[in-house]
Amino acid sequence: MLPPIKAWRRYNRSGELTAAIIALVPAVLIFGAFNIFPLLYTGYLSLLDWDGLSSQRVYVGISNYQELLTSETLWNSLAATFYYSFGVIVLSIPLGLLVAVFLNSGIKGQTFYRTLYFLPVVTATVAAAVVWKLMLDPGSGYVNVILRQVGITAPAWLRSPTWAMPAIILVGVWKRLGFNMVVYLAALQAIPRVYYEVAEVDGANRTTLFRHITVPLLRPTTMVLVILAMIDSFLLFDQVFVMTGGGPIGKTDVIGYVLYRYAFRYFDLGKASAIAWIMFAIIAVITFIQWRWSRFGAQGIE
Amino acid sequence: MIVELTLSRIRLKLGQIARPKIVPRKLARFPVHIALLVGGIIMILPFLWMLTTSLKPSSLMYSGPYIIPTHFEWVNYLEALRAAPFTRYYLNSIIMTAGITIGQVLFSSLAAYAFARLRFPGRDLLFLIFLGTMMIPIHVTLIPSFLVVKWLGWIDTYQALIVPRLVSAFGIFLLRQYYLSIPKELDEAALIDGASRLTVWWRIIIPLSRPALATLAIFSFLFAWNDFLWPLVVTNNPDMRTVQLGLAMFQGKYGTQWTLLMAGTVAATVPAIIAFLIGQRKFIQGITTTGIKG
Repeated sequence: MLPPIKAWRRYNRSGELTAAIIALVPAVLIFGAFNIFPLLYTGYLSLLDWDGLSSQRVYVGISNYQELLTSETLWNSLAATFYYSFGVIVLSIPLGLLVAVFLNSGIKGQTFYRTLYFLPVVTATVAAAVVWKLMLDPGSGYVNVILRQVGITAPAWLRSPTWAMPAIILVGVWKRLGFNMVVYLAALQAIPRVYYEVAEVDGANRTTLFRHITVPLLRPTTMVLVILAMIDSFLLFDQVFVMTGGGPIGKTDVIGYVLYRYAFRYFDLGKASAIAWIMFAIIAVITFIQWRWSRFGAQGIE
Repeated sequence: MIVELTLSRIRLKLGQIARPKIVPRKLARFPVHIALLVGGIIMILPFLWMLTTSLKPSSLMYSGPYIIPTHFEWVNYLEALRAAPFTRYYLNSIIMTAGITIGQVLFSSLAAYAFARLRFPGRDLLFLIFLGTMMIPIHVTLIPSFLVVKWLGWIDTYQALIVPRLVSAFGIFLLRQYYLSIPKELDEAALIDGASRLTVWWRIIIPLSRPALATLAIFSFLFAWNDFLWPLVVTNNPDMRTVQLGLAMFQGKYGTQWTLLMAGTVAATVPAIIAFLIGQRKFIQGITTTGIKG
């Protein structure tokens, strides 16, 4: 055994270790305090009954989880979350692919169109939600005025238990389409042209090419986009906060919003933390499935 | 954050494929243009409507909506300013966004340098842990992060808005990939000439990685400017509200005064749109080109 100082010197030849420590201290401190510690501490908090202020913290074991898992609120929020996720996925992914295919067809003005479709992605969700809320106003909102002109009796969107979630989904699709498009565009451009040429020599038409070359080769990309949309739906918050506040009758009370309410309105940090861990578990499972699938997909291509 | 994650993933994937020159298949041009235009108009309709409404005389608020501005009541913007301290919100947002963007570029770059160039025990494990934090959604760590900020006495301060987001796994990952592509001979030569490791970082790596730093800066800017949940949680004082937060509160209070509300929304949206339009090439290049070499 070398004495510590000697060992240090041996490691630290040419000041490499010192430099590494200096370079990493900020990152380690911030990740430690705001990522690693919180992840573990949420687990501990989920076993407590605590309002975050009083010195009284009661250890209650898994009763927060038990109460949540038997409560209407949690299951309702999961249903709402999956509803949102389903709506956004089935609309924004095919539409994103369609636009990407169009843009990839050698059309003029590709950059112009891309900018149009991508603008909603970089727009703040809060601002977008405020605009859409007014556009969906039952009386004089632009959407209903147009629908009335073409003879459709439009619903009172955000006040209707049936139509509130579709309205939130609409905003989600509007914000996400451009992202899916850009990712698909990149994937389309990575498909070697040779594949198409060979198939064309064999007499395949455009639809066949699309179905048998483009779609299968894009499968890994599609999978990633589906998973990301699912994960993002668990984080849905801004739209709900601005547009519906979880209503009407809890139809848009998604899990991200329920967590916020428990923590910062009811000050029930124990339950809120339990929700956080339930969320984390679900997202971990989704990520794991994606990981397995992406390996499978990669093998498929080879 | 999730978006950032895909970008890096896609980039990785594409990096492995030698990309041929794009030779597009030709579709019938005209119908495609029509379809793209109709779709595009729907996409920007909310922007147009927002702008038009913000310039409407309030007497026309409930008469039939129109989409092309015909009236220009700029006074609506002044009235919105009078109704809520938007100047203050702006100042807060600017300070927060600038702090986060500068911090991201600086600290992510430092950490990325260590991971790309320096040898030290536990390097790969630490890198893996950092990457793993990308998978943790903000909601999961929200409550303890808030408690940490409270224990530090940072509620209603700029530190609370900035410090937790000074560095990101995404930034470290993005820059590390780029640094690995810079020839090692360059820094080795400098080391032989007697430069210290950190001098190498500052004098060689930083200047050579400007394109990657610019990409990270744009991502950070947009993320910070548009963020809502974290500022909502760590501020109570109306004087500490950011633009997005102020807008959401304004909406709750003046929800019926559409013209003012839309003036506020335009103000909250414009900086991000300008930043995107300026940095668009970099931003989308980050996704559409192979690797991050701009």
